[in-house]
Amino acid sequence: MSVDTEEQSRSASRDEALAELEKNWGERPSLRSWFSTVDHKRIGRRYMVTAGVFFILAGTDAMILRTQLARPNATVLSPEAYDQLFTMHGTAMIFLFSTPMFFGFGNFLVPLLIGARDMAFPRLNAFGYWVFVFSGTVMFTSQLVGRAPDGGWFGYVPLTDTPYSTGVNLDVYSLGLLFLGVSTTAGAINFIVTVVKMRAPGMSLNRLPLFVWAIVGTSFMVIFALPALNLANAMLFLDRRFGAHFFDPGHGGSTLLWQHLFWIFGHPDVYIIVMPALGIVSAVLPAFCRRGVVAYPLMVLAIVTISIISFGVWVHHMFATGLPQLSYSFFSAASTLITIPSGIQIFAWLFTMLRGRIVVRTPFLFIVGFIVTFVLGGFTGVMFAITAFDQQVTDSYFVVAHFHYVLFGGAVFPMLAGIYFWLPKFTGRMYAEKLSRWAFWLVFVGFNTTFMPMHVSGLLGMPRRIYTYPGGLGWDIWNLISTIGAYILAVGLLLVLIGVVHAVRRGAPAPDDPWQGDTLEWGTSSPPRPYNFAAVPQVHSLHPMWDERTTRALATDEPLPSHRAMTTSELDGRQEGAIEMPEESLLPLAAAVGILVVVLGLLWAWYWTGWYWLAGAGALLIFGALARWLWPPERTPEEAGVAP
Amino acid sequence: MTAVAEKATSPRLLSAEMPSGRTTGWWGMVLFVTTEATIFAALLGSYFYIRFQSGPQWPPPPLEDPKLTKVIIMTALLLPSSVPVMWAERGIRKGQRWRLRAGLTITLVLGLAFLGMQAWEYSEDLKKHTLTTDAYSSLFYTTTSLHGFHVAVGLLMVGWLLAASLRGSFGYRRHERVRLTAIYWHFVDVVWVAIFLCLYLSPRL
Repeated sequence: MSVDTEEQSRSASRDEALAELEKNWGERPSLRSWFSTVDHKRIGRRYMVTAGVFFILAGTDAMILRTQLARPNATVLSPEAYDQLFTMHGTAMIFLFSTPMFFGFGNFLVPLLIGARDMAFPRLNAFGYWVFVFSGTVMFTSQLVGRAPDGGWFGYVPLTDTPYSTGVNLDVYSLGLLFLGVSTTAGAINFIVTVVKMRAPGMSLNRLPLFVWAIVGTSFMVIFALPALNLANAMLFLDRRFGAHFFDPGHGGSTLLWQHLFWIFGHPDVYIIVMPALGIVSAVLPAFCRRGVVAYPLMVLAIVTISIISFGVWVHHMFATGLPQLSYSFFSAASTLITIPSGIQIFAWLFTMLRGRIVVRTPFLFIVGFIVTFVLGGFTGVMFAITAFDQQVTDSYFVVAHFHYVLFGGAVFPMLAGIYFWLPKFTGRMYAEKLSRWAFWLVFVGFNTTFMPMHVSGLLGMPRRIYTYPGGLGWDIWNLISTIGAYILAVGLLLVLIGVVHAVRRGAPAPDDPWQGDTLEWGTSSPPRPYNFAAVPQVHSLHPMWDERTTRALATDEPLPSHRAMTTSELDGRQEGAIEMPEESLLPLAAAVGILVVVLGLLWAWYWTGWYWLAGAGALLIFGALARWLWPPERTPEEAGVAP
Repeated sequence: MTAVAEKATSPRLLSAEMPSGRTTGWWGMVLFVTTEATIFAALLGSYFYIRFQSGPQWPPPPLEDPKLTKVIIMTALLLPSSVPVMWAERGIRKGQRWRLRAGLTITLVLGLAFLGMQAWEYSEDLKKHTLTTDAYSSLFYTTTSLHGFHVAVGLLMVGWLLAASLRGSFGYRRHERVRLTAIYWHFVDVVWVAIFLCLYLSPRL
């Protein structure tokens, strides 16, 4: 046989294998498959779109707030409406937008970056998405009917407890966040197991992309931090609805207990939000600096260190509560310490740029914007670690300026970089470069115009969360500038949205690897086929796509047939075997609907106790769905293995 | 190196082999149990936080120290219930289905007896104080009933396994779910020890 015909027959057999894979993994487009899909790429895109919608809603809240504050003594909003708007703005941006958006990135990208075919638990993944979208819908619907939470995003007792908040508003908060917690926990467990067990052969932990490290660090923080929030919200609900006394000093309870529990969750949560964003920075930079991020081991250590120390700094949110001085010293020291690993990351990125050959495209611009704003936010953050200064500016607009620099600068800028960077992979289309540059400059200028003046109004004594203010206190001009900036920012973000919609509808088809990136997602088609990779990728280095051994093997290796995925060993990524992956199913949706019914029952029981029966019915639905979901298949004695 | 890797990933070799090492299910269950244990840790932490801020007497008067007799019997029922699960798991790894069925049945009976005792204990406690009496009572009932709920969930899982094992789903090749349920059951057990020490014994110190 000549070389040519051998080549032909091999390529024909490969085509056949690909067609079979397509049949095994593809989901026929139908209404049913829309609800039953377990494909991590579809779920990931949905996470991002849903979180984007929540971002628009919570952003609209912010625009109304800024309109109210543009002038002194304005009457756009009543004080009650203002309370609901700022609470929903904060709660939604923190819980319903940032983390779910990054979970969307993670869902789509983690399996691709590690060369896997799906998440470890695809059905749990679908379940997590449905829970997220239901809880977000419940919380935003409460705003439509004027019953939204109104106690601030960190819901301090005693204000949020009875008898000071009597409506259903804070029940929406506690139940909604408990509901959402189910989704976040499920997602975090799924990420860790996926990374631990499903990496491509050869991807030992020291070859794991930094973005994946960041997602794993984030997930571990979720595992250990979220229980504190869930517990606090369960206690709040029991206090309010059933007359328990956890937070009631009159009956031996403690109001500070809420603050401790909330911030034991709340400070790690800052890193839960920012860390995946830092991961995006580390993923985007190599493509535009034409080299890997410098000091990879230090970057990994920084991620691990931050994940741990973040649990030791919560009291710096409580420096003004009169705790013992000794504890202030400890937490002040820890808060100063945690700046070191963050600093290491910043310097590593700067040196990557210094040592690289920079290609300026929109994702790179957003990374630069991130570094500028995040460093400014970190700078004021260090100031807060000093107790004496903190006590001067706490609960003023200085704090508002600080955490917007950290969270918008630290999370949204990298997120936008990530959207432009991976849009070709998400959608198979390229964005328009010119429009995206306009978007960048408007966002960057708008952001700084909005939040820089807040430092000043805060130092001039303007407290946060006031619905209006009298004129002549020196705050007027700074508030007006902030409001103008907010509108510029909104136009910039609108351009981002237009750019994405335009790309999806009219964008030029994207090549598989538009940026010559270094990680495995660029080794598959744009958008990837349902099975991600036909052949199991072989990883030999930290930058598999810059490694000829990997790219050659991807193109020529024999495909792994049927509906299976590879598992590897935890540390070294040695191949262990191929496991059968679950098929699509409606059960995750049914289980999520069950929880929704429970939550609605508990919520409406505030109006009429008969609704508790609805909660009971929901519990039965959860039980039925899970029972069906987990029922093991019947096996013959030979299949199962029975002793003679 | 490449040649070895290519050989090792050849799909033909993969099809016959069972996956080795820890499974995804094992990791999932361990992480789930970890985050659950953190909830209990936060609850017990809250208990001591409230306690150390309270007056010299704990539980706050007029409440007395919780009675021990029934709780010691409950502990004696729940703690050993991990043994038959382990015995059942060892059995099914060798393919002995009768051991799986017998072990799970014993655990089910012990767990149900525990819940029965807890209901009996509650019926007497509730005469003295309820969830709404004070912060101590809120913590007491929340912690113990959350644990009771976990016992009930564990029993559902054990019952589910038992039903599936009667139909014949498990053997020495397929027994992962037995292992996962065992992990959860051991966790429920260990948490009870912590609750017993903190809520029942520590007030007497």
